[in-house]
Amino acid sequence: MSFPDPTETFRQEARELLEQLESGLLDLEQNPGNDDLVNSAFRALHTIKGSGAMFGFTAVASFVHEFETAFDRVRKGQAPASPELVGVALDAKDHIHQLIEHPDAQISGGEEILEALRAVLDGAPKGGAEIDLDATPEPQLQATPAPEAKRWRLRFSLPSDALVHGTNPLLLLDEIRAIGPCVITPITDAIPPLDLLDPEAAYIGWQVDITADDPAAALEDVFLFLRDGMELSLEQLTETETANLSAPVEAPVSEPQTDPMAASTPLKAAKTSPKQAKIADKEPAPERQVSSSMRVDAERLDELMDRVGELVIAQARLTQIAAQSSDGNLKTIAEELERLSSGLRDTTMGIRMVPIGTLFGRFRRLIHDLSRELGKEIEFVTTGEETELDKTMIERLADPLVHLIRNSVDHGLEDAETRQKTGKPGKGTVRLSAVYAGAEVAISVSDDGAGLNAERIRAKAEEAGLLAPDAKIADQDLWQMIFAPGFSTAKEVTSLSGRGVGMDVVRRTIDGLRGSIDVATTPGHGSTMTLRLPLTLAIIDGMLVRVGNGRYTIPLSAVEECVELPEGVEANARGRNFLDIRGSLVPFLRLREVFGTAAPVEPHQKVVIVSSGEGRVGLVVDQIIGNNQTVIKQLSKLHSGIKSFSGATILGDGSVALILDTAHLVAHGQSYVDHSREQGRAA
Amino acid sequence: MSAVPNTSMKALTLRLQDELFAVEAGSVREILDLVPITEVPNASPFVNGLINVRGRVVPLADLRVMFGMDRPEPDQDTRIVVMEVEIDGEPTVAGILADKVHDVTDIEAASIEEAPKVGMRWRPEFIRGIGKRDGGFIIIPDLGRIFETQGARTVAPAASEERSAS
Repeated sequence: MSFPDPTETFRQEARELLEQLESGLLDLEQNPGNDDLVNSAFRALHTIKGSGAMFGFTAVASFVHEFETAFDRVRKGQAPASPELVGVALDAKDHIHQLIEHPDAQISGGEEILEALRAVLDGAPKGGAEIDLDATPEPQLQATPAPEAKRWRLRFSLPSDALVHGTNPLLLLDEIRAIGPCVITPITDAIPPLDLLDPEAAYIGWQVDITADDPAAALEDVFLFLRDGMELSLEQLTETETANLSAPVEAPVSEPQTDPMAASTPLKAAKTSPKQAKIADKEPAPERQVSSSMRVDAERLDELMDRVGELVIAQARLTQIAAQSSDGNLKTIAEELERLSSGLRDTTMGIRMVPIGTLFGRFRRLIHDLSRELGKEIEFVTTGEETELDKTMIERLADPLVHLIRNSVDHGLEDAETRQKTGKPGKGTVRLSAVYAGAEVAISVSDDGAGLNAERIRAKAEEAGLLAPDAKIADQDLWQMIFAPGFSTAKEVTSLSGRGVGMDVVRRTIDGLRGSIDVATTPGHGSTMTLRLPLTLAIIDGMLVRVGNGRYTIPLSAVEECVELPEGVEANARGRNFLDIRGSLVPFLRLREVFGTAAPVEPHQKVVIVSSGEGRVGLVVDQIIGNNQTVIKQLSKLHSGIKSFSGATILGDGSVALILDTAHLVAHGQSYVDHSREQGRAA
Repeated sequence: MSAVPNTSMKALTLRLQDELFAVEAGSVREILDLVPITEVPNASPFVNGLINVRGRVVPLADLRVMFGMDRPEPDQDTRIVVMEVEIDGEPTVAGILADKVHDVTDIEAASIEEAPKVGMRWRPEFIRGIGKRDGGFIIIPDLGRIFETQGARTVAPAASEERSAS
């Protein structure tokens, strides 16, 4: 296992911080007066600057520094968080992103952004001199402090593991120096004899006498990310102490005064008070907050999932062997292992589940940009952020959702004028929601725009040869035409309210995830695109059934109940395929017909009733074998066209069983029978 | 049409009925004895099986279907050659049924000829070339093309069924 590249770690961290910054900025646009948002944006910037400098991303550090300096005025209440400011700040965020992703490329545009940022801020009333912390510490150091400036004594020592975690005390001291003229003295009492010295531990503390009005807030920033486990005290110096300070008499203290580098010279002894010594003594056992989350490479998670999958298969085989054995010990172990592997499976799956809100966040930016670009006012409403989906699924959903949202805004929503004419509010609404629906998640993008135009879509479909000129087609199927490849490339489509750009790509991606797309639209009132997706791509609980000689797995989450197929129904086999289940009518499919099974029909067939949100359908099988953990293996390209199966799995005896795609079976129920009959006639 | 290999080819020779075939030895992952085969309903007869290759679900193809041969019951010589083939640019692991696997041999480039357009009972585009050895012929199938054609054919009925369904 290779040691993680620290640069990559920085990048990951920075990406997350930038996302945080972005969502903070977008929130700020909505609530310009919220100090918490300003502060959190500022903190994100500060961290990026600090760690950027640490990992050699100098361009990032210097750009962020400027950005931060400008933004500091907002924080100090000297400039308002106007929409213009948020706009420029978002550009700046994008620029930082570029700098981080391509550190070697010469990326221009930074200066323009800063220029724009200054312009936006200068429009606001200025509150004092230009704030440029790092550029001016030297003159400040020389300057006589203003009479009203107060003197403070700061004492601090870092957590002993601070160096291991990448804290650079020299940079901290630089930041402190930037606050005001100061005298820095190292406290070296805690340094142990050489043979006990741990080269990675931080032993030195510092005493800083600083001249400033009120350095508390500035110091807070300096130590923002170190506060846990460090010793820090700040007190105001009295007049006499101040006098002492200006006329140094204590040689050990005064000596480092003249030499800024002395702070890093640990062997120089300094006189310290007993209290300071005590602080230093406490250092080796600092109370650190235990980190509650950790970053894991997605690849390792995939690997873990694969391993767990193999374990589950091996366990299934063991269980099968144990069941045939008379060895009690073996049975016990098999049961124990089954329990463990089932737990391990759930835990691993849990690790991979991510709330979809992580994905929703980035669409706010998209809406923000589209709104500016197209000059449409848009309200963006999201619900169901907490809905969890497999990480891989979330990643692959990003692009299709971008397409759908872009289409809603671009083609769905009319401009404000048109909207007002039809009695709608000028501001359009785009809703993004996620909700669990059985074993699926339904994600929908809806708008209150013009809706799809059936006539024009039909005309286009006929023109493209997708539809015969006089063919009858249900609306629902007509809408699906917009997902046909090439449907949208013609100019006419972009001018009509129909969607299209890249919709075939959306369809392909969703198909690849074994999901489906529903379209609902009301002319004049908008459209809703609903993506239905399986919860996970990895492991499910399955019900193993037999049809003829073949064994198939039905996802247990879709199974509602199992009943015996009444004898009488069999007699009417070709007539009606309905069952009366406690008063409600349930259509059923004979899987042996769907699969073209040649083996003779067996008595006592069972019906497995499955649902997929839309309705219930019975699947007639020859035998229900039992439940098992099912590791989903994707079918290769060679079989990806066969929609009735969502994948395959390996059974306890090592053979392969196909997993039924119940959603597809429910949706296309009857057509299977028709299709297989046609095939039967053709053969 | 793929070019005839211009360097000598390290090939695994296998028998399908009474014909000798050669496949790139470099693409062969392993050779298995017959394992339980799961039938895939509604799949093209060429790839209507799935097998478990050490924890992986692998499609099983029967070249005899493509070359219009009979498919007799497997016997003790029957083997499954697990290979990596490219389908639409993606490497895919697939198994191929063989009535018997012979050996790995070098086929000289000079002895490989382009498949004749006539005088053959098979579609010429499925054949990369015909080699000669010991007075007999060795057929070098174009596996990539065969799999791609078949992959497409498998999709076709399902798609039409989709349309009739909607």
